[in-house]
Amino acid sequence: MPDATGLELIARELREAEPDSVLDTVFFRERATLLISPARVRSTLAWLRERGYRFLASVHGADYYPDEPRLGVLYELLDMERVDRLTVKLRVHTEDPRVESVTPDWPTADFQEREVYDMFGVHFEGHPDLRRILMPEDYEGFPQRRDFPVGGEPVLFTFNEAQGTQYTD
Amino acid sequence: MEVSRQPVSRGDGELRVQRMRARDLLRGPDLEGPELERHIEERVLFTRADRVFAWARSNSLFPLTFGLACCGIEQMHVVASRMDIARFGFEAFRASPRQADLIILSGRVSIKMAPIIRRLYDQMLEPKWAISMGACCSSMGVFNNYALVPADKFMPIDVHVPGCPPRPEALMHGILKLRRLVQDDPESGWRERYGAQGTEELAEGAGPHPAAENVMLPGDTAGA
Repeated sequence: MPDATGLELIARELREAEPDSVLDTVFFRERATLLISPARVRSTLAWLRERGYRFLASVHGADYYPDEPRLGVLYELLDMERVDRLTVKLRVHTEDPRVESVTPDWPTADFQEREVYDMFGVHFEGHPDLRRILMPEDYEGFPQRRDFPVGGEPVLFTFNEAQGTQYTD
Repeated sequence: MEVSRQPVSRGDGELRVQRMRARDLLRGPDLEGPELERHIEERVLFTRADRVFAWARSNSLFPLTFGLACCGIEQMHVVASRMDIARFGFEAFRASPRQADLIILSGRVSIKMAPIIRRLYDQMLEPKWAISMGACCSSMGVFNNYALVPADKFMPIDVHVPGCPPRPEALMHGILKLRRLVQDDPESGWRERYGAQGTEELAEGAGPHPAAENVMLPGDTAGA
């Protein structure tokens, strides 16, 4: 991990190289996070790759309901030579959740972006094959969003058997 | 079928001795009246042919090689030497649903997996039985959410084995319950048990190979 100072140094260099890409820096519990603008994700990750973060360990999503913008996409970068990890985060609105795909640069992001699309509905523009990966293809909705109902089946146990089919009330 | 009679190779006297011996075996030597009846009662068992078939069937169920999740590990233990399901004749796990009588749903069934399981179940030849093993498959257990579907929703289940996962002894108990069901109710296939008589789908004039119904053709990936 870069320490808090190292994170600020990276952010400063990045601001010079890629203007208006870094929105904020967060250093929380020994974990360095760069909050970036969704439009600049591809160029920012390319710049960080040149700086040594050559391995994209994970791409995942998050829903920060009720905060706005609600949806987040997190890219976990790893510098294998210095064993240094950096999290790059971006936030998009649910009304227009469009993010540029990084799959052309990082082929490992292919399935992971599909999973984020499947679970959170973030649309990755430029992805070669953006389909659902876990849920059935005709499934409606994005089940990991916080406003999606948990679903499931009411279970008829012995103690509510006497209520018949009304046991869910 | 052609039946041809062949002369007994041994001498005529040998045949008479065999006949006498067979009569003695059935009748007992020199018995008459009530003693003869008691003798026959002790030695001859009358039953119906379907009960004999059910007895044979229940002691040689072939399960399908099929595991879904952690319950599948317990299902494997049932086959291993400590539990040894071979004692009851269930050990022949078949690799094809065409050869299996029993499908054990061992684990959680996602809504994406359900049509595939239903297809496997439809491919099994009748009479066929199904065991729902573990909490997920029966009541969806700890995964009671948007992704799973209980097995009763898409296919008939004969025995539910509770547990998370059930111990191999529990699955063994469920299988023996199923054996009792098969032995006691030879007539009732799943159609009768679930009131689904008349739902058979028979292929009439369905092309040159009626035996190939419901078979996945090369290049046919839709619907699975």
